Amino acid sequence: MTDIAATPAEFHDAHAHDHHHDADHKPGFFARWFMSTNHKDIGTLYLIFAIIAGIIGGGISGLMRLELAEPGVQYLQAWAATLEGPGATADQANHLWNVLITAHGLIMVFFMVMPAMIGGFGNWFVPIMIGAPDMAFPRMNNISFWLIVPAFLLLLGSTFVSGGTGLGAGTGWTVYAPLSTSGSAGPAVDMAILSLHLAGASSILGAINFITTIFNMRAPGMTLHKMPLFVWSVLVTAFLLLLALPVLAAAITMLLTDRNFGTTFFDAAGGGDPLLYQHLFWFFGHPEVYIMILPGFGIVSQIVATFSKKPVFGYLGMAYAMVAIGVVGFVVWAHHMFTVGLTVNMKMYFTAATMVIAVPTGIKIFSWIATMWGGSLSFKTPMVWSLGFIFMFTVGGVTGVLLANGGIDNYMHDTYYVVAHFHYVLSLGAVFSLFAGFYYWFAKMSGKNYNEFLGQLHFWLFFIGVNILFFPMHFLGLQGMPRRYPDYPAAYEYWNHIASTYGYTLMLAGMVVFFVNVIISLAAGKKAAGNPWGEGATTLEWTLSSPPPYHQFETLPKVD
Amino acid sequence: MNMLKTALAALCMALAPAAAQAQQPATAPAAAAPAAEAGTAAENAATPAAADNAATPAANAEAAKPAFPEAKPVDGIGQPVNGAIGLQPQVTKLGGEAHWMHDYILMPIMTIISLFVLLLMLWVVARYRAKANPVPSKTTHNTFIEVIWTLVPVLILVGIAIPSISLLARQYKPAPKDAVTLKAIGNQWYWGYEYPDHGIELTANMLPEDEAKKRGEPGLLAVDNRVILPVGVPIKVLVTANDVIHSWAVPAFWIKMDAVPGRTNEVTFTIDKPGVYYGQCSELCGARHAYMPIAVEAVSPEQFAAWVKTKGGKMPAEKAAEEAAAAAAEAANAANAANAAAASNAAEAPAANAANATNAAAAATGS
Repeated sequence: MTDIAATPAEFHDAHAHDHHHDADHKPGFFARWFMSTNHKDIGTLYLIFAIIAGIIGGGISGLMRLELAEPGVQYLQAWAATLEGPGATADQANHLWNVLITAHGLIMVFFMVMPAMIGGFGNWFVPIMIGAPDMAFPRMNNISFWLIVPAFLLLLGSTFVSGGTGLGAGTGWTVYAPLSTSGSAGPAVDMAILSLHLAGASSILGAINFITTIFNMRAPGMTLHKMPLFVWSVLVTAFLLLLALPVLAAAITMLLTDRNFGTTFFDAAGGGDPLLYQHLFWFFGHPEVYIMILPGFGIVSQIVATFSKKPVFGYLGMAYAMVAIGVVGFVVWAHHMFTVGLTVNMKMYFTAATMVIAVPTGIKIFSWIATMWGGSLSFKTPMVWSLGFIFMFTVGGVTGVLLANGGIDNYMHDTYYVVAHFHYVLSLGAVFSLFAGFYYWFAKMSGKNYNEFLGQLHFWLFFIGVNILFFPMHFLGLQGMPRRYPDYPAAYEYWNHIASTYGYTLMLAGMVVFFVNVIISLAAGKKAAGNPWGEGATTLEWTLSSPPPYHQFETLPKVD
Repeated sequence: MNMLKTALAALCMALAPAAAQAQQPATAPAAAAPAAEAGTAAENAATPAAADNAATPAANAEAAKPAFPEAKPVDGIGQPVNGAIGLQPQVTKLGGEAHWMHDYILMPIMTIISLFVLLLMLWVVARYRAKANPVPSKTTHNTFIEVIWTLVPVLILVGIAIPSISLLARQYKPAPKDAVTLKAIGNQWYWGYEYPDHGIELTANMLPEDEAKKRGEPGLLAVDNRVILPVGVPIKVLVTANDVIHSWAVPAFWIKMDAVPGRTNEVTFTIDKPGVYYGQCSELCGARHAYMPIAVEAVSPEQFAAWVKTKGGKMPAEKAAEEAAAAAAEAANAANAANAAAASNAAEAPAANAANATNAAAAATGS
């Protein structure tokens, strides 16, 4: 608990022998977990939070796949009756569907992927990888976490208050006006907006913390161009958060005032424009998708290098490809709006600009393969997840290039093709990298080894499951099935049925294996070595014990 | 193994729609043929010289009213097919071009890139596994290969961008002056339609499942009042909404245009084949988002004119002819029927111009 910056003499002392005494002095339970300023504890809190949110968000997708398994509305009515009372109308049942898709999207984006990637792995490993004792602003780190908890509770709570037609916010995660303003009476949408405000504030504070930490707290010799790629990825992500989230905050604040105080920012009748909201939302929303995937790129880079026993190929290209993706990611937003009635010049520009992103993304894919090329590969669980990531992200990437074409997108826009595309880059991209990172660092974080067989089994069940679940959605989209439909014409039954029954079930089985693995590994896993991965693992976290001491690097490491 | 299956499925995706398209021309016109004959008869009765036309429109409309049977949809045209993996067959020229670009430019490139990455990975996994290659190399740079894998994607993207941008330019070509104008208005939760040049308004609500079945139409897609449009004539659709954002989409036309309150978006297409084409609202608009479908029936221009009459509307040429006839009468120029008909032809163009100017003003915010 010593304040290292205030007593510089401390960390030049060679006091390795009393290291244990100093570094492992932990506060009591309440102070440790509820008033935490320790980056590793906060990282753990974020990971636990993300897992809980993931269970809820994944459970909601289970409800949706169940309803979509057959044409017609089979379950929604009963669920609505549970929520609204026995007199629930058909409209309330259909509104419940919109609440489910909204909650699934918001939870997975703001409360699962982001907290796990940035809050969880970022907090845990950025300070360690740059040889810093903690984050730059430990108390701000604490408030970042404790803002996201009430944010999540607000979102969950919104399900139980009126959202217009029925209980809950049914606007979609994009919260488009005027459906979210004049189209949704009642406090549910206000609660959802406040939830986004809190989550956004949490992320902005986190981003400030990461940028400051990475720029100011690197160990001697750790130049920017020597930083591990995971740190680079979090640095770029933090800048995207810092620049994008205030725009979201502005947009949803205007939604709030439109809803409650009679302004007409997004109401044409009062001189506003519904499309202004979409421009603002997607100015945030497109960088947001890179916020979700860039740390995944970083994780996969670490893992591929470790298990190839070879440094990352084309390190500078890899780092600056992420910077390029971040920069270009800010000038492509309107490809989410190809059907709103853009002018032809806008559509041509956004088509061309969007395609540009494929170039740095291609550099990353090929550099990962080149890293493995000539290496000595071992296929431990983190590596197979990373290999799965690389190929699935490629598939999601090429459909992204297709959707980038404004003239082609007319057809696919708002169909299941888009759903398939973004689940390939998120559910098979970001989530694969999360599992890869989880297995890669599990021993480091917990001090226990995970079960290798269960890890592999988890991968194969999940990999086959999500492919059966999401690949047919391309076909549904090509046949024209729109998104966000609780019911569909009989001609969409075949692929929906396959996705729901085989796909979701296998994926779910994979997740059961995952939780079994986590529980038995924590309870009875073998004690892990400081570096379980051998010569390929060269970053600083592997120089520490597993788990690391409560305060690491009280004597700063020197990096050559 | 599953990767391989995925890739194979992707390949099938590239080939199957082409086959589906090849089957389509044989079926669609045949279904509409009897209806077309009836329509032509009605049209002949309805287009005599302008002078006596002015006297008898009501009688004609009365006669034509029952003579407009709704066409039956054809399986696989204008609606999804269970288990299919490709695009719906396209019945507009631009839709056909986009379909072609999807099947023969984008799909092959996507498939080749995915397979290329997959093969590289499989090779790396087999060749460089620890057992086969115990000592890793130390290579970390190769400027040449890095330049290659930057430039080649750039070239591929340029190759995609050129046809893509030119497709966009064609999609945005403004409607010609003789286009038939349809206004589609999204409401929670139905579509309202107006034919401003014909003086027709209608409302399309989804048919209940059993009623759709009775009429031989697909459930959740059939509506009570279809939009009737002529084939072979440019159609200009003005899309707007009254409450929240909706989206007017017909996959068989390659058309999807958001209906934004306070804004009028314009989109143009020409339907090549008679038939029934379905679409669904494509922007989340509240509880019954899934229950406000779009159904368009494309008929011959003659049938279209007959339908306009049954709805109590007038073809723009007729209106112009009436005006011309009135002017002629006022001038007390006792002309014979042939002269009046000639006058009506001359009047047709300016009248259409005026109609288009009105539309252009309404669509000022559109593309």
